[in-house]
Amino acid sequence: MNELLRVEQLGVVFHAARGRVYAVDGVDLAIAPGEVLGLVGESGSGKSVTLRAIARLLHEEAHITGRVLWQGRDLLTLPARALEQVRGAGIGTIFQEPMAALNPVLSIGLQIDESLRAHTGLDAAGRRARARELLDLVGIADAASRLRQYPHEFSGGMRQRAMIAIALAANPKLLLADEPTTALDVTIQDQILRLLLRLVSELSMAMLLVTHDLGVVASTCDRVAVMYAGRLCETGPTAQVLHAPRHAYTDALLRALPGEGAARARLQPIPGMPPRIDHPSPGCPFAPRCTHAEPRCDRERPAMQDVAPGRASACFAQDRLGVAA
Amino acid sequence: MSGDILSVAGVSKHFVGRRGVLDALRGRPMPVVHALEDVSLAIRRGETLGIVGESGCGKSTLARCLVGLHQPDAGSIAWDPAALGGRPRFRASQMVFQDPFGSLNPRLTVGSALAEVVGVHRLRPKSEIGARVRELLEQVHLPADAAQRYPHEFSGGQRQRIGIARALAAEPLMLIADEPVSALDVSVQAQIVNLFLELQERLALTLVFITHDLRLVRHLTERVAVMYLGRVVEVAETQALFADPRHPYTQGLLKAVPTIAQATRPAGPAITGELPSPLAPPPGCAFHPRCPIAVARCRTERPALLPDPAAPGLARERSAPDAHRVACHLAPQAAATAPA
Amino acid sequence: MRRLPVSLLVGGTLLLVFVACALVPGWFAPYNPDAFNYTALLARPSGAHLFGTDQFGRDILSRTIWAAAVDLQIAIFAVIFPLLIGSVIGLFVGWYEGWLDIVFGRLVDLVVTFPFLVIVIAIVAILGPGLVNMYIAIATVGWVFYARLMRGEVLVQKHADYVAAARGLGYSTPRILFRHILPNAIRPVLVYSVTDMALEILLGSSLGYLGLGAQPPTAEWGVLIADGKNFFTQAPWTSLFPGIAIVLAGLAFSLTGDGLASLFELRR
Ligand SMILES: Nc1ncnc2c1ncn2[C@@H]1O[C@H](COP(=O)(O)OP(=O)(O)OP(=O)(O)O)[C@@H](O)[C@H]1O
Ligand SMILES: Nc1ncnc2c1ncn2[C@@H]1O[C@H](COP(=O)(O)OP(=O)(O)O)[C@@H](O)[C@H]1O
Ligand code: SF4
Ligand code: SF4
Ligand SMILES: [Mg+2]
Ligand SMILES: [Mg+2]
Repeated sequence: MNELLRVEQLGVVFHAARGRVYAVDGVDLAIAPGEVLGLVGESGSGKSVTLRAIARLLHEEAHITGRVLWQGRDLLTLPARALEQVRGAGIGTIFQEPMAALNPVLSIGLQIDESLRAHTGLDAAGRRARARELLDLVGIADAASRLRQYPHEFSGGMRQRAMIAIALAANPKLLLADEPTTALDVTIQDQILRLLLRLVSELSMAMLLVTHDLGVVASTCDRVAVMYAGRLCETGPTAQVLHAPRHAYTDALLRALPGEGAARARLQPIPGMPPRIDHPSPGCPFAPRCTHAEPRCDRERPAMQDVAPGRASACFAQDRLGVAA
Repeated sequence: MSGDILSVAGVSKHFVGRRGVLDALRGRPMPVVHALEDVSLAIRRGETLGIVGESGCGKSTLARCLVGLHQPDAGSIAWDPAALGGRPRFRASQMVFQDPFGSLNPRLTVGSALAEVVGVHRLRPKSEIGARVRELLEQVHLPADAAQRYPHEFSGGQRQRIGIARALAAEPLMLIADEPVSALDVSVQAQIVNLFLELQERLALTLVFITHDLRLVRHLTERVAVMYLGRVVEVAETQALFADPRHPYTQGLLKAVPTIAQATRPAGPAITGELPSPLAPPPGCAFHPRCPIAVARCRTERPALLPDPAAPGLARERSAPDAHRVACHLAPQAAATAPA
Repeated sequence: MRRLPVSLLVGGTLLLVFVACALVPGWFAPYNPDAFNYTALLARPSGAHLFGTDQFGRDILSRTIWAAAVDLQIAIFAVIFPLLIGSVIGLFVGWYEGWLDIVFGRLVDLVVTFPFLVIVIAIVAILGPGLVNMYIAIATVGWVFYARLMRGEVLVQKHADYVAAARGLGYSTPRILFRHILPNAIRPVLVYSVTDMALEILLGSSLGYLGLGAQPPTAEWGVLIADGKNFFTQAPWTSLFPGIAIVLAGLAFSLTGDGLASLFELRR
């Protein structure tokens, strides 16, 4: 496959005061040009850390292993200068809380201008024109006066649009988006998701979309990767994974959602509690909660295996699923 | 159905904001947030009523009015005296909060928080309080030793159970759950939803379930009220609402929810624009700036919440309690443009 | 467990030394603090008298150690009354806001425009010198600072959902205030009180020096300095060592206060 970004055996360990936290463990991902890859999982499963490790936005106390290959170069070992260039010209990032990512004391226009100055060779007039273009592109009307406004004068949805405009200033080939719509209302979420999809196809970008909402994945992503306790469970084309999961965790997660059974029927929660990643298990991290678990799940770590063309799963029960538990 | 337990009639709640010195000097009026405007609703005994809407539309304010944490500025909230059966009003309804961390006093053990409710209101003789606490913990499926522990020792889902146990300790007729699972992961959400279902059966509780998750509303509730900018714009039986939404806002909302079944990327915008500021709600129909089918009349005349004449059968009757009510001038036409 | 901040370790250790001196001065003091020794008047520091002696031959080290009890007492009493009064008032002001808050705001403005020391001296001047009157003077003004801190904390806490829950459960306002909000709001106030003790020791010894606080012959650091000031050119040790004690005690309290603040990650 023709790949834009390839992540190999990515690992992130935090040395926290209480001990080591294995936030990401042996994650492999690949994104093709123009592809939208969803990264889903519950809170604390390591989605954001994965994304930040790819963009090298983690702080010093994080110990990162593995490789992040971008156009044949490993971003993890790239010197700071070269990294700046890649970040600017190749990879754009947007986050869940645009208010936290935008500078509250600089006007939106200045912040877009800053990004343009760093990543393009445009002169002042060119940058001004481009900034207006960008706001138009992300659906902010009345661009000229909006550029003079400050983040607090924007609504949540507007801020996210502004954030996207800043990320687009450098013409990225890959957009890393960490729960870009989680803080927004459904109607605004809908608008932003449509916007992102339009941009992806118009500008032929690829996107890594981190979310915890399987509905968002279903309606936006070409492929999906499911995470649990810092590890990858399965990857594959979205429709296939969501309709015929090959990992017992994905299966359980889908069953826990409302809307499958009759109204007011009991839901099927996943028993037990979210995993502890400060004491990773030698076997499958989902084993204590898994209804399909077999004895070796506790001891032996299931490896990622191809289960169908373009699909891989790390589960010993991958061919036993589908029969209702 | 055994009649209304509570009727909300014409309730409004406004919050007066702060204004800067400059604005005061210029004689500008104090900014007023119209959190609730003329809300009328009847809640039936034993039912599960869903309240949905985008953030800031007044769901929490309504919840707080229902449990008496806010006094409405206008209108009334009246309990059926027969249903109350002599119990004080504040105990008739109890709230379950969204934030499993902020809603428990971090300095009280779970046991003492529960015992306090029972003790303060003398719901049990002193000697039986301990047994009652164990019973409450058992009802929400927490181990008995939870009583000695502090809230920070529990996970989000477990804390939500504690919050529910505390509400149950007051022996309410009605639980008002304000986004009780929004802060929880899907797998834990399901546990709490099941707990609500179970408690309702065991204790014959009336449940008002506030959420922005339409999938959950569809699964859990029997009736739904849709709110927009402080007003109820549509009320109907859940099935009818999802099958045949009448208000253009409800229609857009349902279209905007990404579902797993819908594997295609949505085409064409559902609802454009953003929620107007509640400081200055648009005149006429508050939804008109975003409504795809608005007409001139919508900008000046406010539509009343009326039974939908186009609704099938009984729901059409003005007096019918099950009426599918819509606040839209064009409700019949809106039905025609509804998504299939 | 979080690591203890260095400031807390240093301050706490120093504080323990002072507390030990205050509790059992006899164990540490080599001499009777009030015993005259006419053979060693104004003796310079030596092996026999580590801190030297005063004009009556009294051992400065012993007097400084015995004075610790008085000064720590000042630290405690000068803080405890403002703390209690201020916390309760702050609790109510924060809870009710409204006109109460407006009145309180004016009062705060009034108090902070005058230097604390000046107001306290004025009040003692009216009431007459002595420790008790000094405590009264300090409490009269000092509660405002505690109330201000408490009010701010209550304004935050009262919007927490656990307070809404308590109201919804029909608890009485005093119960909500004292059982639910107070324990959650008191921590910054307590931390401030430790830092405040440093200031109160300075204040108490200043008043002692001026003759408005502890009265001679009570051994109090300020009084000791005042005693020695007439002989300062010949025998600087008479004032120097009590002065150092004040500085160290002040340091002990402020380091402890800072350490507690960073331990609890309080916003300042
Ligand atoms: N700086 C850090 N120090 C220590 N642990 C960290 C740090 N950052 C993240 N972690 C831990 O790493 C794990 C993965 O975190 P991450 O933010 O990637 O989760 P997530 O999947 O994005 O969850 P959410 O859905 O809540 O955003 C969590 O357990 C988190 O507590
Ligand atoms: N105590 C308050 N003071 C001022 N404004 C408030 C207060 N509570 C709610 N509001 C405002 O009232 C509107 C409705 O809020 P809320 O009921 O919390 O909405 P929802 O729960 O639907 O998100 C919002 O604009 C909100 O900012
Ligand atoms: S490997 Fe075993 S424990 Fe893990 S998900 Fe599959 S069946 Fe369950
Ligand atoms: S009244 Fe008019 S603006 Fe309002 S929802 Fe109906 S058609 Fe739209
Ligand atoms: Mg995250
Ligand atoms: Mg709310």
